[in-house]
Amino acid sequence: MNRIEKTFENLKIKGEKALVGFVSAGDPDIYESFKLIAAMCEAGLDILELGVPFSDPTADGPVIQRSSLRALKNGINLKGVIELTKKIREKTSIPIILFSYYNPILSYSPKAFYYDAVSAGADGVLVVDLPPEESDEMTSLFSGNELSVIRLIAPTTPKDRISKITASGSGFLYLVSKTGVTGSYGINTLEISQKIDEIRNFTKLPICVGFGISTDNDVKEVSRIADGVVIGSAFEKLIEENLNNIDLASIIKDKVSKYKLATKIIA
Amino acid sequence: MEYNKFPDSKGHFGEFGGRYVSETLMPAIIELNEAYQKISVNPDFKIELNYLLKHYVGRPTPLFHAKRLSEHVKGASIYLKREDLAHTGAHKINNTVGQALLAKWMGKKKLIAETGAGQHGVATATVAALFGMECKVFMGKEDVKRQSPNVLRMKLLGAEVIPVDSGTCTLKDAMNEAMRYWVSAVRDTFYVIGSVAGPHPYPMIVRDFQKIIGIETKEQILKIAGKLPDILIACVGGGSNAMGLFYPFLEDNVKLIGVEAAGLGIDTGKHAATLSAGTIGVLHGSKSYVLQDENGQIKEAHSISAGLDYPGVGPEHSLLKESGRAKYVSATDSEALSAFKMLCQLEGIIPALESAHAIAVGIKKAKDIEKDKIIIINLSGRGDKDLGIVENIYN
Repeated sequence: MNRIEKTFENLKIKGEKALVGFVSAGDPDIYESFKLIAAMCEAGLDILELGVPFSDPTADGPVIQRSSLRALKNGINLKGVIELTKKIREKTSIPIILFSYYNPILSYSPKAFYYDAVSAGADGVLVVDLPPEESDEMTSLFSGNELSVIRLIAPTTPKDRISKITASGSGFLYLVSKTGVTGSYGINTLEISQKIDEIRNFTKLPICVGFGISTDNDVKEVSRIADGVVIGSAFEKLIEENLNNIDLASIIKDKVSKYKLATKIIA
Repeated sequence: MEYNKFPDSKGHFGEFGGRYVSETLMPAIIELNEAYQKISVNPDFKIELNYLLKHYVGRPTPLFHAKRLSEHVKGASIYLKREDLAHTGAHKINNTVGQALLAKWMGKKKLIAETGAGQHGVATATVAALFGMECKVFMGKEDVKRQSPNVLRMKLLGAEVIPVDSGTCTLKDAMNEAMRYWVSAVRDTFYVIGSVAGPHPYPMIVRDFQKIIGIETKEQILKIAGKLPDILIACVGGGSNAMGLFYPFLEDNVKLIGVEAAGLGIDTGKHAATLSAGTIGVLHGSKSYVLQDENGQIKEAHSISAGLDYPGVGPEHSLLKESGRAKYVSATDSEALSAFKMLCQLEGIIPALESAHAIAVGIKKAKDIEKDKIIIINLSGRGDKDLGIVENIYN
């Protein structure tokens, strides 16, 4: 059983849902980024989505755009993200998913990326702009299956595509809660729950829901219907608001604890 | 290679093209492809489109023998395909009429577009007015400044111009923002992409709507000269006017030359010569040549011409470059400016700065070859929109 499977298994036993946290690697800089992530892990984060900053993040709203830019300005690149992964892996055993646009991976070479990411202790990869139709060119260069390929399902995804997507994914599925970019607020739990039911017809993979989730109550609501909750922009917003605050790490830590608590109250 | 067989069913032009978009957009571009395959062959659609091209756009545009320019350079005969005489002053309208009509047939009433120089934005705003559709145009803040006449035009035509202040505030960022907006409004909004770029089926659709340029050119030159031209020359930013001119000639024995913007010079790093100096990558939904650093981050492009100021290029051009079917060269800002001036003074035509890049190379080539040869340059747009830029330089 790999780390992702183990995580969902353990959560199931405990009756909790997964708290999946996204941060842009290297934001605000590489050193601080490591400190923040370590704090998040200590506070009970279940899965880390480590964002690989890209100059043209077309699926992201302003908050993650700015966080990517901050990180890029401070010198992060994919090699640096993988080094950061290695340092995080020494601290924690939670699954680490590298979350990227395709171009940085293409430029690095998918073959080398696979080898280096696995060696560093990464567990999965989610490439936002690489749908199953184009995915072979990357995965065919992977020399094994030690990296789960996390797939996205969108509110616009029709039934016949869902089966295609679930068949090509592993680890868990990332259900995008709404049409739009990251960081748009508000969720419709009824719609999400219908989509989840639809997906469950095709797969046993855990389903994590992201986009638009920011309040403890959102987390609670989504935890009732999904296997995990993904939070990204809300963390990045906190980072942005506290760039010069020496207590940033503890602020983030508190936030993670609160969200985590909300994933435990299922009833 | 049979060049006119691309793209394949998955939208690939050899190793280029494809659909590199987030899942939210995948169903929309699949739907668009299916709708296009069905609607574009419908005789009623064709009749409606041809009617508009003739009576609204003003096609066919003339093929003009630039005699004074040809005499001046003492070389081959230079002909100009006068896309500047199309309604709204550039070739962009060929595509927007086609896409808006497609949107209408698909039942979509809201259009969005990105724009650099503003020509595509104006052309989209124009057809939105024509069809009574709502229109939003995303334009980099930098371009809003340097192409203000076009901003005013779009507003007069009833479009909302949304200035984009992320990244480099130019065409690339306008396209990022248009894609972001589209993700949130994908269910009822048609994204009118202005170049042969973006995810499949856009590079194919835009080419198909622009190939009228090459089809007319072929008919016209055969009538005028009784033979095919020796060389075709067009500027390349994303590459839609070039693709439109080249496509009907791909299987003919005609040299094809695309001219990119060398900005301040390719060795200065301040240029937009994606095919000449870029590497293969993925930007805005397709694989093609892009300007990027060693980490796969997209680099800023530079050109005096806002329409060429783009760090990507249409995937079909990448295929034509790799296969050697077309050659891609470049012209600097100052070479384009001298060609701009020359065409004004010798032919009484004020070209767009984009098209002036093609003229610059056309003049050079005409000097190099025999007098009985024919060069056709695509005069993709008129230069009124650039008067402010040119004035600043001469002052």
